[in-house]
Amino acid sequence: MNDSASAFATAVQLIGDFDAALLEIIALSLRVSLSAVVLGALLGLPLGAALAIGRFRGRQALIVCVNTLMGLPPVVVGLIVYLQLSQSGLLGWLHILYSPAAMIIAQLILVTPIVIALTRQFIEDADADYDEELRSLGVRGWSKLVTLIVEVRYSLVTVVLAAFGRAIAEVGAVIIVGGNINHVTRVMTTAITLETSKGNLSLALALGLVLMFLALGVNAAAATIRHFAPKVAYA
Amino acid sequence: MLDLAVCESDAKDARRAPSILPLSVDGLVYEHAGVRIIDNISLHIEAAGCTAIMGYNGAGKSVLVRLLHGLLTPSAGACRWAGNFDANEIARRQAMVFQAPVLLRRSVAANVEYALRIRSFNGERRAQRLEAILQETDLLSLRDRPAAVLSAGERQRVALCRALAIEPEIVFLDEPTASLDPAATVAIERILARAMRAGRKLVMVSQSVGQVQRLARDVIFVHRGRITEHTPIEEFSTQPRSEPARAFVAGELFE
Repeated sequence: MNDSASAFATAVQLIGDFDAALLEIIALSLRVSLSAVVLGALLGLPLGAALAIGRFRGRQALIVCVNTLMGLPPVVVGLIVYLQLSQSGLLGWLHILYSPAAMIIAQLILVTPIVIALTRQFIEDADADYDEELRSLGVRGWSKLVTLIVEVRYSLVTVVLAAFGRAIAEVGAVIIVGGNINHVTRVMTTAITLETSKGNLSLALALGLVLMFLALGVNAAAATIRHFAPKVAYA
Repeated sequence: MLDLAVCESDAKDARRAPSILPLSVDGLVYEHAGVRIIDNISLHIEAAGCTAIMGYNGAGKSVLVRLLHGLLTPSAGACRWAGNFDANEIARRQAMVFQAPVLLRRSVAANVEYALRIRSFNGERRAQRLEAILQETDLLSLRDRPAAVLSAGERQRVALCRALAIEPEIVFLDEPTASLDPAATVAIERILARAMRAGRKLVMVSQSVGQVQRLARDVIFVHRGRITEHTPIEEFSTQPRSEPARAFVAGELFE
């Protein structure tokens, strides 16, 4: 009790002091996860939209696959990316194992199915509501897709926030492909794992607190958007 | 009360250029999931005024207007429009107002502008048309309001504004005042009457005999997917020819 209380006090102090080691870890975490989410959104939003509107053979099977991939265990993704990036793997020639790039790739694989699946769902639901009205107006093809994307824009922001929440909180994939190397690939979640096992509870707690505040911020942002968006939906 | 008297059709616009009207429909059938919803309907819709489609719930009225408008593809039969226009041009000259209209999540003016852009009203012409139609439908004061916060009556007025903005020859309306209060209904009917005077053809599904008397010149009565009669409004409201229509006008239940 006394132990964890003092650990907590030190943790708060570390955050308050803008401890250099702490800031470095937070910055790398944000860099890795934001990169993964931006790339995931660039890939996932158009693919999700295409999956919502497209009518092709195997579409339903593809939707089931993507929905399943939403729940990919991070350690499995880590393992697969590790195998491909290791010397004997298909992408071994890139020599990026144990680098932030490898971590971005792993998180990209984790978040892209989330973006695709949720985007598909939102746009397909909107399509069901808008279909007759848009066909009556004569809106087809690309312009219909653009219209639907614009209509669900606020929902798509929450999709991206959900993807970010998944990326920033995940530990299994980044620890395998990143290796938790100090000053190189150490992010918040892997640092917490390490520091806890070393018994350095204050740094672990400090990182844990930052992580929770980030999660809180993301959720608050998502809730705010969902709450206010329909009422202030000007063009 | 209002100048709702049906126009003697000073239908200048519609008559000047070659028209897609009248519309002839022959042997129209629509089946869905093995159920025959529209059963061999043939009809003729003249260019002028408002044609009402009436009938009990589930009679097939909404499906019929969707078939006429081209939103549904008939299982058999076809709509034959006048003139020799291709399918795109025929679609371009129509508009539809739904019972529960879907408005885009943007301002009232942006909703109307969207329709104008889709139908290739560009530049100065679009701006002028937007101002004119907002004025006509009494929406100037609401132009910057987000569509999401409008009342049911205002939403329906925006839908009607959007439909009329694109200067269609024919407007299909599926119970446009079904969930509106009397004031909102009057507002819609006033706009419809003015649209008719400007030469637009209306084909309107309605459950209200009073409304049909105020607006329509002829009534198509649909019962169980068939037309039981197509009669001028004077005749329909006083002595309908078919038994289901007679019961409907009298406010009785018909089995």
